[in-house]
Amino acid sequence: MPAAVTGSSQKLATPFQGREPVIVVENLTCAFGERVILENVSFEVHRGEIFVILGGSGCGKSTLLKHLIGLYPPAAGRIVVNGIDITSGDERALARMRREIGVLFQSSALFGSMTLGQNIALPLEEYTDLPPEAIDLVVRLKLRLVNLAGFEDYLPEELSGGMKKRAGLARALALDPDLLFFDEPSAGLDPITAVGLDQLILRLNAGLGATMVVVTHELQSILTIAHRVIMLDKDAKGIIAMGDPHDLKEHSTDPRVVNFFHRRPPEG
Amino acid sequence: MTLTAPEAPYYTLSVAGEPGGEITLRVQGRLTLDNLTAFLAALEAEVARLRPQSLRLDLEGLEYLDTAATLMLQRVAADFREGGTPCEFVRLSPEARRMFALLPWEEFFAAPTPAPKKRGLPLERLGDWTLNFVADVAELITFTGGLILELLTVPFRPRRVRWPEVITAMKRVGVDGLPIITLLSFLLGLIVAFLSAMQLKQFGANIYVADLTAIAMVQELGPIMTGVMVAGRSGSSFAAEIGTMKVNEEVDALATMGFDPMRFLAVPKVLACLVVLPLLTYYADLFGILGGMVVGAISLDLTVYTFLKQVQGSITLFDILYGTAKSLVFAVLIAGIGCQRGFQVRGGAEAVGAATTSAVVASIFMIIVVDSAFAVARQFLRPYTFV
Repeated sequence: MPAAVTGSSQKLATPFQGREPVIVVENLTCAFGERVILENVSFEVHRGEIFVILGGSGCGKSTLLKHLIGLYPPAAGRIVVNGIDITSGDERALARMRREIGVLFQSSALFGSMTLGQNIALPLEEYTDLPPEAIDLVVRLKLRLVNLAGFEDYLPEELSGGMKKRAGLARALALDPDLLFFDEPSAGLDPITAVGLDQLILRLNAGLGATMVVVTHELQSILTIAHRVIMLDKDAKGIIAMGDPHDLKEHSTDPRVVNFFHRRPPEG
Repeated sequence: MTLTAPEAPYYTLSVAGEPGGEITLRVQGRLTLDNLTAFLAALEAEVARLRPQSLRLDLEGLEYLDTAATLMLQRVAADFREGGTPCEFVRLSPEARRMFALLPWEEFFAAPTPAPKKRGLPLERLGDWTLNFVADVAELITFTGGLILELLTVPFRPRRVRWPEVITAMKRVGVDGLPIITLLSFLLGLIVAFLSAMQLKQFGANIYVADLTAIAMVQELGPIMTGVMVAGRSGSSFAAEIGTMKVNEEVDALATMGFDPMRFLAVPKVLACLVVLPLLTYYADLFGILGGMVVGAISLDLTVYTFLKQVQGSITLFDILYGTAKSLVFAVLIAGIGCQRGFQVRGGAEAVGAATTSAVVASIFMIIVVDSAFAVARQFLRPYTFV
């Protein structure tokens, strides 16, 4: 007679779907007061893909990202992340969503007064009931995943820029989010380090199956990592192109898209 | 369009095999950080109950596991093997296969845990501390020297000073501080007058409340209170401002552009304090005496004329100069320490906070020490004032 121990809330499994949307944005308008940055933007991010938001400086890439992670309230429209409507004004829904995502900020935003180990352990201590030894082990694992094994006791100020980015990524990974956001991951890194970070992003995407939303304007990086991109434009205040970046590079007829992918300054 | 929320974590643990023999544990469901602790406890309980000779973990029904769950499953298996119980994973689900391929686990567990950074023996730490202290003092002396040199050049080359910065700093230190200094000095005068009135009333010496208040304010309380207020308001802000500039590499930028950070950042602040602090002190003296006068007029039946006449007789020019001299020294101390602590900042936000605190504490400490020195020196300068 087999004995059975059962955990709570049994549910049937949903099969893995390649086209299942994890983020749905509908008619989003982003504005600061009277100044409208983006207007009527709609798109979907699918489970497991690397989705890149690109565009020239000042087109609202980072603003869009900050809306997606619920830091700025939208002027109009709806954003649904992981089945949670974060634009409903419900603070608890927002908190629930934030527990399920990880964000790598442009400046890494590691807490300067804590060691790397403490930076990564912080969310684990606050949100899980793991005993300290298990937390130490998980911290070691995360640092190993970003190739920073052995750096537990270093302070952020003792690290190089590339190492800080990877440490920031390890912290974003702490709670195993299935949705990761990257704000300009290769900004301020040398080309070799930037390529290394791209490889790391690809490896983690394949290994963990996490969905990744990346804001960047680094062409090389976009062509290496992106499954799908949307391109924003400052004057259009919205999306001017969407799809596979290689496709866009070869076949797009929109001069703005062509200029971007072939590094040509606009005429006039 | 439909959107599905991620599944809530759940697990099922079922057992096949006889206690003490070969046991197969089937793990099904979704293992995440949320139910990992409960799962591990259940697993441990099962193993303690069954005491298996060998253990097989059947993972066919494992739909999802995160990195932490992967890690702990691998850790549990490694622990069993170390304890002499053969343990293997069988029938891996695609998810489990993918996650297990993430790392070479044996190598990961075999890698030595990095030793925590050595804190050193007590004697070593004492040595470190002493060296740091000496370096700090050396830095302070260098800074003071540099500052004095820069200040001495001001009268000869006034055009080198950034006067607009001086004016801005004067406004921030002086004008913006007026309301709080008005209130505090007025109340302080009131308190001193009340305290002395209670004692002097017994001897019918009400009139001397005016002398006491005036002398206390002009000689001691005015300069000290103004100094403490400016240290708290402006010394701290100097340290925070320069510290943040240091963190943002703005100080380095100044130096690379060929500007001396000391002349650019510290000198205007010190000059501003040198001008403003004596003025603030006179202002505080005035309001302190006014506070005393209010007490005199209301509760001691002294007329305003009598009170002011008495004040006039009790303070000499020397008293005022004495207070002024003190406030000038305080000005250099507060601005100098504030700027020096700012320049000392290394690291991030926390270092800025520490520098700010240290600037205020050190300034107030120095104010009190220097004030005591003045009190002693005064005895030799004008002994008869104590007769």
